[in-house]
Amino acid sequence: MQQKGLTLGRLFFFLGMVVYVGNVLGILFTVMLNSASKGWYSGVLPHYLTLEWYGYVAAEHDIPHLLFITFLVALSVVAISIVIAFPAAYALSRRDFKGKGALLSVFLLPMIVPPMTYGIPLAVVLYKFHLAARVTGVILANLVPIVPFMILVMMPFIEQVGVNLESAAQMLGARRLTVFRKVLIPLTLPGILTAGILSVVKTISMFELTYLVAGGRSQTIVVALYADAYAAGARPPQAVDALAVIYFLTAMACLVVALRFVSPTQMVFKIK
Amino acid sequence: MKEFSRFIVKDLTKEFDGKTALSRFSLEIANGEFITFLGPSGCGKSTALNCIAGLIPITHGEISIDGECIDDGRNKIPPEKREFGMVFQNYALFPHLSVFNNVAFGLRLRRLPKPVIHEKVQAALKLVHLEGHENKFPTQMSGGEQQRVAIARCIVLEPRLLMLDEPLSNLDAKLRTEMRNELHTLHRRLGVTTIYVTHDQQEALALSDRIVVMRLGHIQQIGAPGQVYADPANLFVADFMGFKNIWDAALGSLRENGDTLDAELTVRGLRLKARLRYPQGDPRRDALVAAFKAGTAVKTAIRPEDIRVGRDERGAPVRSRVTLVEYQGQTSYVSALMENETPVELRPSTPVRIGETLELNIAPEKVFVFAPGEG
Amino acid sequence: MQKGLKGGGILLLLPAIVFVILLFVYPFLYGLYLSFTSPEGAPTLANYARFFTDWWEVRTIWVTLWIALPATLINVILAIPFAYHMRHGMRGEKLITFFLIIPLTLGTVLVSEGMLSYMGPNGWLNQLLRAVGITQGPVRFTHNYWGVLISLVIQGFPFAFLMILGYVSGINPDLEKASQMLGASRAQTFVRVLFPLMVPGIAICFCLNFVMAFSVFPSAVLLGEPSGPTRVIAYAAYQWALEKFDFNIASAISMVMAAIELFVISAVLVWRNRIYRGASMVGKG
Repeated sequence: MQQKGLTLGRLFFFLGMVVYVGNVLGILFTVMLNSASKGWYSGVLPHYLTLEWYGYVAAEHDIPHLLFITFLVALSVVAISIVIAFPAAYALSRRDFKGKGALLSVFLLPMIVPPMTYGIPLAVVLYKFHLAARVTGVILANLVPIVPFMILVMMPFIEQVGVNLESAAQMLGARRLTVFRKVLIPLTLPGILTAGILSVVKTISMFELTYLVAGGRSQTIVVALYADAYAAGARPPQAVDALAVIYFLTAMACLVVALRFVSPTQMVFKIK
Repeated sequence: MKEFSRFIVKDLTKEFDGKTALSRFSLEIANGEFITFLGPSGCGKSTALNCIAGLIPITHGEISIDGECIDDGRNKIPPEKREFGMVFQNYALFPHLSVFNNVAFGLRLRRLPKPVIHEKVQAALKLVHLEGHENKFPTQMSGGEQQRVAIARCIVLEPRLLMLDEPLSNLDAKLRTEMRNELHTLHRRLGVTTIYVTHDQQEALALSDRIVVMRLGHIQQIGAPGQVYADPANLFVADFMGFKNIWDAALGSLRENGDTLDAELTVRGLRLKARLRYPQGDPRRDALVAAFKAGTAVKTAIRPEDIRVGRDERGAPVRSRVTLVEYQGQTSYVSALMENETPVELRPSTPVRIGETLELNIAPEKVFVFAPGEG
Repeated sequence: MQKGLKGGGILLLLPAIVFVILLFVYPFLYGLYLSFTSPEGAPTLANYARFFTDWWEVRTIWVTLWIALPATLINVILAIPFAYHMRHGMRGEKLITFFLIIPLTLGTVLVSEGMLSYMGPNGWLNQLLRAVGITQGPVRFTHNYWGVLISLVIQGFPFAFLMILGYVSGINPDLEKASQMLGASRAQTFVRVLFPLMVPGIAICFCLNFVMAFSVFPSAVLLGEPSGPTRVIAYAAYQWALEKFDFNIASAISMVMAAIELFVISAVLVWRNRIYRGASMVGKG
């Protein structure tokens, strides 16, 4: 029951959230300010604001190419995943069969096992087949965590479309494919969109897999950021932060779009 | 069971987001009585129950027991300290605890010694006919069994007051009747004061010592089942308790005869006589008298069972033609159209056919009349 | 629910099955095979031997555990009271969850890079601590163990919180009311009713969080000291694979990582099954 007014619990909760959110905002704003500052070594705010670092970054990196690769990978991954995951999600939602639990577990494994663990063997295989250091390799690698994620997100949406609707369509004379096209897909479109936009966000921020597989011209922006940060000595930190801001704006833009369709809690899945 | 001498709810009011869910709800409950809050959804019956339980805070009013105020809108005794029991609509059994541990839950909180707990739990389970089920878990039990565990869990603590929030609505019809009988038997054995919430008038009539009929947060009538059934306080209660044949009527004459009112009405040209037992001071009487003076239309209410089919010397028979027959075994639900083109609901005891002409006798004592604006 | 896979069922599942086999199962098995093979192709245990006999390599296990276990414990233990408080929803819930998923969405790289400035010796955090008088000199948060731990908490807490919140909101609210009516105080209700029902969710959350923390990589490198105190096992695997190009040893290390993660997950699930006997259904009604 809600107790009125300030209680100890409420105070702690509020303080905790303030500490957390405060630090996150502090991190973000530091990056933003730093990227536009010069000679900011102490004090609360930089003394001198400049956009020269963005020019520097633009010269050092082919930003349009980076963004192009990033979105190419993200959108390709989403498109391919939908084609693979949707039928599988349908079968898993509508059918019951021996070994369904086991199959579901196998499908979910790539979500549970962290990318760094399976990433290295995956990179080895992709190198072996000469797919690594190319955009194709990056796309393939990023499919691994995204397809299961999509299956998981789409299943409840499909379950929500009662079987009765499909049966009704059949009784009215529609063939299986028509039922799919005219009944199922329109009604699960929100689910597909949700899964799609969440996957775009996830792929843009996916580091480990892309890092292990990408080459010079097939990096996504987050990998370029890491490379710059790693070689910190060779670049001025403000320039690194400038690239960070570009990445941040890209990711945030996608996140904001995603949140128009989805509630924040849906971004963290729940395994029953 | 623990007893109390006085339990008073005064002017209980509850407002949510600007809406008044409960308005000036006042009631005095006697020790050991079985009282039902009856009404359609949204009438405030569950709200009243939750306020009395202390699960929601009240906006205005006062609840006191044995002179001690347990809630006055500002200070309230929390639910865990009130020693009331509550059975929820979905039973709310703890899924991670066995039947035994569910029932023992409250006893363990009170730190009773193990053998005492064991004995009390066994006794409670015996009362609800669930001996032997101690080690089962709620998900392994049927709805009716879960219901009984929920009851046992409450009564094992010998509460001063037992509250049941629509406990039978999740059960199928046959089980509902069985459980209703069990609840009745249990109440007679234990004598625990009980507040029961339901929308089912059958349950209310079968179980209660008194019924509180509610609508949109207001009490419509408080009375014994017989009273509420045979002497409804307003049109809403009449309708809810099964009166049909609610017709607009014009009052031709109204004569006061001591505790009775004799009325002559016209329903679309059809003349009807009504003999109403509205004693002096009864608000229904005053409202009717006022309506008669003002010449406003009134409404009738007649139970289908009260309309006699066939010839009778007393009243002037009304002709009607049967339009619909719903067979129900012992009797049928019959709709007919009277001479004045008004539909009438009947419950004849002999079979009738569609299109058949029936002569109806409507005895004046069975005609209820209410002034508009009531209920 | 239709029984069986007749009528095209297999066809629907085929792409996903092929995908999982080609891109997950096969690489994993291939990695397993490589770990037991020498670069020339002969079966051998030398890869594992090389890893386990070299203190510099084996210590990565302890280093990583020393980072991952406390981080996971902090995340899960902190998440519980916060999720409990929000179990019935609260005002500003959308705003709070929005802020919580920002670090999750942006990823470790950005957060680590940001922490380097923000938590640096002259960054805002240190300035604030000095201004409020908590510390005198600058506190070292970066390029050490603490930076990595903090970054794991920044990323891991929202994940744990949202997951546990999902579980606790799914508990029938009438159970709390019933417990109250039976005489339990709020604390007693939590201990005797809510927490036992949260245990399965907490266990899963712990496993997932641990597995994420154990495979920590970019923050250990950027924010820690990969040349020593925070040389984590993922980094060792990376070095062998993409710096020394010895895929056999790298695969062996990946297998060791997987084995340790599997071990911890099993241990947690065994513990949970011991605590939580009884129904696992906590749905409403």
